[in-house]
Amino acid sequence: MIDLPPEAWEALALSLRVSVVATVLSLPLALWVAHLLARRQFRGKGLVDAAIHLPLVLPPVVTGYALLLLFSRAGPLGAVLEPLGLSPAFRWTGAAIAAAIMAFPLMVRAIRLAIEAVDPKLEEAAATLGLSPARVWWRVTLPMALPGVLAGVTLGFAKAFGEFGATITFVASIPGETRTLPAAIYAFLQVPGGAPGLRGLVLIAVAVAVGAVLLSNWLAPRVAARVGGR
Amino acid sequence: MLEVSVQRRAGDFTLDVALEASSGVTAVFGPSGAGKTTLARCVAGLARPDAGRIVLNGRVLFDGTTDLAPHRRGIGYVFQEARLFPHLDVRGNLMFGAPRGEEAGPVAEMLGIADLMDRRPAGLSGGEAARVAIGRALLRQPELLILDEPLAALDARRRAAILPWLGRVREAGVPILYISHAIEEVARLADTLVLLRDGAVVRAGPLAEVLSDPVAAALMGPSQAGAVLEGVVTAVADGLAAVETPAGVLHVPGGEVGQRLRIRIRAEDIIVATARPEGVSALNVLPAVVEAVQPGQGPGVMLRLRAGEGALLARITRRSAERLSLAPGVAVWAIVKTSGVARADVGGG
Repeated sequence: MIDLPPEAWEALALSLRVSVVATVLSLPLALWVAHLLARRQFRGKGLVDAAIHLPLVLPPVVTGYALLLLFSRAGPLGAVLEPLGLSPAFRWTGAAIAAAIMAFPLMVRAIRLAIEAVDPKLEEAAATLGLSPARVWWRVTLPMALPGVLAGVTLGFAKAFGEFGATITFVASIPGETRTLPAAIYAFLQVPGGAPGLRGLVLIAVAVAVGAVLLSNWLAPRVAARVGGR
Repeated sequence: MLEVSVQRRAGDFTLDVALEASSGVTAVFGPSGAGKTTLARCVAGLARPDAGRIVLNGRVLFDGTTDLAPHRRGIGYVFQEARLFPHLDVRGNLMFGAPRGEEAGPVAEMLGIADLMDRRPAGLSGGEAARVAIGRALLRQPELLILDEPLAALDARRRAAILPWLGRVREAGVPILYISHAIEEVARLADTLVLLRDGAVVRAGPLAEVLSDPVAAALMGPSQAGAVLEGVVTAVADGLAAVETPAGVLHVPGGEVGQRLRIRIRAEDIIVATARPEGVSALNVLPAVVEAVQPGQGPGVMLRLRAGEGALLARITRRSAERLSLAPGVAVWAIVKTSGVARADVGGG
């Protein structure tokens, strides 16, 4: 086992919680958006597509700043949530929101590709067998796209796990609350010569990233295998 | 009972069709591009007519105000490709649309796929996949079954192998709309025939009537034309069955006494004589009367012959027709080449 100081363990645990919550919460929305983009034609589709991809190309600090404006006491969402005591600003929930937004485009992309690979003719056949569109989606589209969906979830999780720029801009780096693993690495680096546990955290970050990419690359071709055949 | 009247325009092509289909097999026959599949898709709710009315067993599926989604129409659809679900085994595919409590067994037994239950679609032959697709549509308990050229993707040998199974589906009693451009399939399975051409119905009626109509025959293409007779085997000798048909007794290879057969006689395989032929090798010589002479394109004419209660279609050259002075009312002998007799077991008696 890697020898880590308590603050490092704390950061790791927080990062796991943040990325699991971020992935689980954005998955339903990602499925819905991916389905819309893959199967529906509507006005402004290109715009929606671009907006979803924006976090991929925007400087993360800008995304974080946008979140800050949105959720600040004067912001449109913050003004509603603050009086209820639900404001995510400078809380771990805020870190999860930032991570979810950064992971979202990756998830949508992978899931969309998987859904596009499912032959619409099969969905048509399912409809003639008496299934409503929702049940067709549940019994044909989703099962056939499942490996791709899992690949998207894996990538999204890894992205959420490694998110730094938007998170630190939005919720800062409060130990035990918002100091995720990447934020902890950054903090440890500020200590001359590096704080103890720095190397361990770096190794964990690398392992999670490499593992996720390998798993996702292993899963993605299974869509083709499932979709293929007669 | 299906009542259809639809108009649909797509680019240069206009479909404008009215037809009725009651029990049994109603075949929609026509060349590719005639609008057969578009018609079938409109009935199933997979394509939307511009206008019209579709009623199934008194239930309005489509009219000016109603447009039921495909899953609410109660119509089973077998596509040209089997379209089996690759993530499910054969059992999963068969039971996909089946009501709760339904069992795959009897249908699988009927279609000869009971041994394939645990196989994946990818491991099936084309003929097996087609049968699974048919079983899947049957098990969904449809009020109407549309078969949209289900055999078109198969080679001739597989097609011949699967036709008897389709005969059994026909006997299962579900009304069938059978879309096809293969006259052998139609002649074998259909009770009612609708001829479609360029998006319009050119002829519709009982199979034997339409197939012996010289005008319809011309539209179907002369080499495709031929009358269909149904009869019962009364005797078997020397490997030949004597079949009692409305047109008289015909001898065809094979068969068992009591078996009900449907016999298709291609118009090209009938020789017409004005005197009773002596010393010919053909076994089937039927007395007949010319009912109609229909000149076609090229050197041929199509004759409709009345033989007993049945009708035959013969294609001869215009020169022969003139030389023999063939005109309506002339008594002739129809010599049927045995090789021109295609038999099909239609079950029943």
